[in-house]
Amino acid sequence: MNLHEYQGKELLASYGVKIQRGIVIDDVNEVEAAYRKLQEETGTEYCVIKAQIHAGGRGKGGGVKVAKNLEDTKEKAGEILGMMLKTPQTPGGLDGPGKKVNKVLLAEDSYAPDFDACSEFYVSILLDRAKKRNVIVYSTQGGMDIEKVAEETPELVHKEFIDPALGLLGFQARKIAFNLGLSGKAFKEMTKFISNLYKAFLGSDASLFEINPCMHNGSTDEIIAVDCKVSLDDNALFRHKDLAALRDKSEEDPTEVEAGEYGLNYVNLDGNVGCMVNGAGLAMATMDIIKLSGGSPANFLDVGGTADAARVEQAFKIILKDPEVKAILVNIFGGIVRCDRVANGIVEAYKNMGNITVPIIVRLQGTNADIAKKIIDESGLEVHSAIQLQDAADLVKEVIA
Amino acid sequence: MSVLVNKDSKIIVQGFTGKEGSFHAEQMIDYGTNVVGGVTPGKGGQEHLGKPVMNTVAEAVSELGADTSIIFVPPAFAADAVMEAAAAGIKVIICITEGIPVQDMVKVRDFIKDYDCTLIGPNCPGVITPGEAKVGIMPGFVFKKGKVGVVSKSGTLTYEAADQIVKAGLGISTAIGIGGDPIVGTPTKEAIELFMNDPETEGIVMIGEIGGNYEALASQYIKETGNKKPVVGFIAGQTAPKGRTMGHAGAIVGGKDDTAEAKMKIMEECGIHVVHSPADIGKTMKKVLG
Repeated sequence: MNLHEYQGKELLASYGVKIQRGIVIDDVNEVEAAYRKLQEETGTEYCVIKAQIHAGGRGKGGGVKVAKNLEDTKEKAGEILGMMLKTPQTPGGLDGPGKKVNKVLLAEDSYAPDFDACSEFYVSILLDRAKKRNVIVYSTQGGMDIEKVAEETPELVHKEFIDPALGLLGFQARKIAFNLGLSGKAFKEMTKFISNLYKAFLGSDASLFEINPCMHNGSTDEIIAVDCKVSLDDNALFRHKDLAALRDKSEEDPTEVEAGEYGLNYVNLDGNVGCMVNGAGLAMATMDIIKLSGGSPANFLDVGGTADAARVEQAFKIILKDPEVKAILVNIFGGIVRCDRVANGIVEAYKNMGNITVPIIVRLQGTNADIAKKIIDESGLEVHSAIQLQDAADLVKEVIA
Repeated sequence: MSVLVNKDSKIIVQGFTGKEGSFHAEQMIDYGTNVVGGVTPGKGGQEHLGKPVMNTVAEAVSELGADTSIIFVPPAFAADAVMEAAAAGIKVIICITEGIPVQDMVKVRDFIKDYDCTLIGPNCPGVITPGEAKVGIMPGFVFKKGKVGVVSKSGTLTYEAADQIVKAGLGISTAIGIGGDPIVGTPTKEAIELFMNDPETEGIVMIGEIGGNYEALASQYIKETGNKKPVVGFIAGQTAPKGRTMGHAGAIVGGKDDTAEAKMKIMEECGIHVVHSPADIGKTMKKVLG
């Protein structure tokens, strides 16, 4: 689960990480009160208006603007609130429809009083799957695309691996601060920043923290998280009810949200052949089969272990919400769940819906596969049946030709 | 011969009296698996499915001689269950539980490295040695005895592969579902290594997914050790979009090495018989085994 920037910053601040302060609003009428409060707390005239959507590169699409005073802030916040913001990371990229901005963060000018005395770093924490431990990735090249930095100047990207039993050690935090070229008060602030950041990472069961830029204000020697991207481990949300409550469903695909409410694991894709499968690995393999048969998968959908009529019907409904779907391939390997039961479920769901106009291919293999095929074949429905995976692939080819 | 589990394995079920544990323990017993008992804290002394229930894994080891454990404990407590099994001296720990927080698994991997044990999973269908022991949730009848070892990140795709292998006139020595999480106890390479050293296994099927470097490491190992046995490989997720988790927590394309394409390229370079269609697994194995 992803957090918005303002939510991520609140999380960091609760662990003592210094953040760029700000106030989030969703109505342009709230600008004045928020601006005055922020000015009172921070003392700066300038205000940074930042669109709160789940996508990077917001500045590139006009979603981050600096205002000089209250009037300017009102005007720019008004422009950003409600806009369809296109960034390289929103669906379809800069040519896509963009994402609606429902909230903006009015943030202080952390670079005051002397912009030129400030420097920007990159700091992230994530799990290194290969090393089976968390890693802090950092660089003096802040405010830039870190993948590009890693490609062009790999010597400027450093990594510090954390021992799972011992946690972040003092010398590791110091090493990071030294490598970022800091000394004196800024050095101490950075070791504190890193240590609190790591505590926040573990404490929230995060899967990614990305602080870019992490800024050293040369006038005050403070270290400040100016932006942050926070992703949390979905599997750990059961022990973080407060964080789970921060989920913003308006950022997600509505069909995926609805599928999730039915307990279906669904990912919307842009192809023309829908699929319904039991098991994630087989579901991915089925998408691949669709592609090899000349189609293109319209979705990933794992129905899980109990493919009964109600569940199959929900799955059909979800798949058919996509107008691009020209055919549906159902691929169930019945182990403990018997194929004849699944077949009856499919026939029942099909009859209940009554308005399915696209061809459906049902491949049932495993326990009672022969009986299941007979049930499908004798149902009188416009459903093609198969037992072997290759036969199902051939049928897909046939119906989309 | 076989790997990890056989007819002599003394198996206990952790989470024995729960719904999942009971259902699958019964299926395992029906298959003929040597289940010697189970563990549910607080229910020690009772009998369940005709087998003794213990309070701790340590008791199950000392009183029942258990050496293998299968875990059906809910995600919040599963990591603790794995570490309890390791500390009690269990040699083969098979964790079926899906949805364990990944930071818990970081701790588990670090903890169990000091014990002489092999962890399979989590988020896996388990391990089956046909005709001897089914220590998992797979449909037993699909797996017929034979000489092909199967290593897979997926459940139903493993059944699919096994079914194709059997229909091609071959059979399975042991099938290992290593699990679909970002961190598992026995990555692909370690599982392949077991089969390379098993005299009964003549060919290996390796089924991977997008995400992580397990398949690349396994491929390099296979090449470096001289391709001793033919390996047929498939990677699911050739059509998966970047940055989306495809059902399994570990199945996500982050960087360019995570893609099915990149993995299949490395596999091919290392002499693995890569199939692009999952429908070709069985017949390709038949062909390469001659």
